[in-house]
Amino acid sequence: MPTRVRDPTLQNRLQNSAPNRERPHVDALIPPLLNGTALGALLLLAALGLTLTFGQMGVINMAHGEFIMAGAFIAYLTQLVVTSSNISIVLALPLAFLGAGLLGLLLEVGIIQWMYRRPLDTLLVTVGVSLILQQIALQIFPAQGVPVESPGWLDGQADILGYAWPLRQVFTIVLAALCLAALAAWLKYTSFGRRIRATVQNRDLAETSGIPTRTVDRITFFVGSGLAGVAGVAASLIGGTNSQMGTQYIIPAFLVVVAGGVGQIKGTVIAAWAVGIALSFFADWTTGSMAQVLAFVLVVIFLQFRPQGLFTVRTRGLT
Amino acid sequence: MTKLKPWLPLIGIGVFAVLLLVVAPAVLSMHWINNLGKYCCWAIVAVGIGLAWGRGGMLVLGQGVFFGLGAYTMAMHLTLETAGPGSLPVFMILYDPSAPLPAFWEPFRSDAFTLVAIVLLPVIVASILGYALFKRRVKGAYFAILTQALAVALAVLISSTIRETGGDTGLSDFKYFFGFVLDDDANKIMVFMIAAALLIVCLLVVWQLGRSRFGELLIATRDAEERVRFLGYDPANIKLVAFVVAAVMASIAGAMFVPIVGIITPAEIGASASILMIAGVALGGRASLFGPALGAMAIGWGQSSLGSSWPSGWIYILGLVFILVTLFLPMGLSSLSGRAKSLVWRSRTAATAPAAASAPVLEEVKK
Repeated sequence: MPTRVRDPTLQNRLQNSAPNRERPHVDALIPPLLNGTALGALLLLAALGLTLTFGQMGVINMAHGEFIMAGAFIAYLTQLVVTSSNISIVLALPLAFLGAGLLGLLLEVGIIQWMYRRPLDTLLVTVGVSLILQQIALQIFPAQGVPVESPGWLDGQADILGYAWPLRQVFTIVLAALCLAALAAWLKYTSFGRRIRATVQNRDLAETSGIPTRTVDRITFFVGSGLAGVAGVAASLIGGTNSQMGTQYIIPAFLVVVAGGVGQIKGTVIAAWAVGIALSFFADWTTGSMAQVLAFVLVVIFLQFRPQGLFTVRTRGLT
Repeated sequence: MTKLKPWLPLIGIGVFAVLLLVVAPAVLSMHWINNLGKYCCWAIVAVGIGLAWGRGGMLVLGQGVFFGLGAYTMAMHLTLETAGPGSLPVFMILYDPSAPLPAFWEPFRSDAFTLVAIVLLPVIVASILGYALFKRRVKGAYFAILTQALAVALAVLISSTIRETGGDTGLSDFKYFFGFVLDDDANKIMVFMIAAALLIVCLLVVWQLGRSRFGELLIATRDAEERVRFLGYDPANIKLVAFVVAAVMASIAGAMFVPIVGIITPAEIGASASILMIAGVALGGRASLFGPALGAMAIGWGQSSLGSSWPSGWIYILGLVFILVTLFLPMGLSSLSGRAKSLVWRSRTAATAPAAASAPVLEEVKK
């Protein structure tokens, strides 16, 4: 592998952006709790799309991290056109959703649709796709990454619970909450959502009932990838935007999916929050890298008790 | 011919051994000997992956962990040997000359302890992880993701502990290998021969395992885990053995990688390195005997020649290998001959017995 400089770990960056360190009298439990919630929100954005595609189609999309990267670069490109960062970031959100979603659609139509019978192999195919997307990004954009300017209205701090909270973290949390609400409402109240839920629960029966499951698959893939794009915009405000950024989100996001239960939005939310907070606390007690190891151990121990994750689709079939 | 057939793989291994151990040292320059030694190390990892993934159905995406365990065990020993008894490794002196040697380094001064650790460490780690996961029936993608997460975690852990492990710069500048001066050409050839011989041994082990009852159970577990369970076997134990054997092979490969290449860094054991190890196996044919080893050597060659002369192109090629092989040749290049044979056979017999066309599929699975 070409040796590229590895970025500092995810939670290190989040922690660096937090001003809470300047206040030594602060109760030691609150800052990691807040940081963890922000990190969890970012992980949730990254994992929502994964859990949708994984749960519905059994597709393990390793290129999901590169869709996040695409979203971040779209935020940068939007800023080149609309120079005012106050407006561009708002414009970037739908654009990133569309851009990453179309990338996902392209992947589904071009490759994934031929592989639905071999779910484990989709992992390998998408590893290839992710390598190629990274290399494309490396050739288009400078290797050290591009700066995405944070809008002025995100520079300050919010006073919540008596603690100064950087607005960028609040923004991530609000964004994740909005996406979650929109997705949940879409799944629950629209006919598309109903079809998706039917396909997740029982593909054969859904098909027999006249639901075009392949079309549903495509829409799910589009929406799931689009959410990665939105996550990318949020990530571009927190860390650097470069060709390698996807690799540091994909594994924590997958851990969230595994711990939350595949295809379970409820589980993903709880798992993302838990993993985010665990990472923050461990990072506070030890180091950022030790935290990753500990979080991994925690997930493995958790799987001892709930091997299918927090929530599962109940079935009588053998698993 | 029919009598000979079961022994064909053994003859193949023999030819391979002669090529590596006799022909290669006689023909190749030192530069290529060294490179070939490196490819042998990757091939050893690949043989293990072939066992775990090709025959056991466990997609191990984090073999870099075990590769790293072996490599760092060996590198710590060689670093201490280079530093001489009682003194600190150079990088630690640069960092803080007054601090004592970290306690976990101390045992690696011993030759015997190092050699035992190279085998025992991966056994312990793989057993604990494998037992925890397989007993709870964690499998498929879950298993793959978790192994990769472990590789990422280990790489991050090592790059962040600069004082203890050398961090991102890794460990390098080894002068001695169990008393032999590494700078000497004759000793370099010896190290290469050890790596090549270990590769042959690993091939023999996998060949023998494939012939045994265990090998049949492993393939049965891959294809129908529930049936194996209903027959009274515990699939977890069967998978565990294959996983541990693969881990030991990766560790041995890592240990040989260090004296041959002369440096080990977290980049060699992280997620992308682990994926590179998979690439060769996928290309060569995961379920065949020689496929993983030859595929890994081909990828290794591409990595060290194309990877340095045309790095961007090499990444594209690597990505395309993953996509094209998985889409069109899921059993790798080694299934090509079988496919061609079955095509010829099918066209010949199509007129008489169209139903027989399903047989080649079976054959493919058996490999």
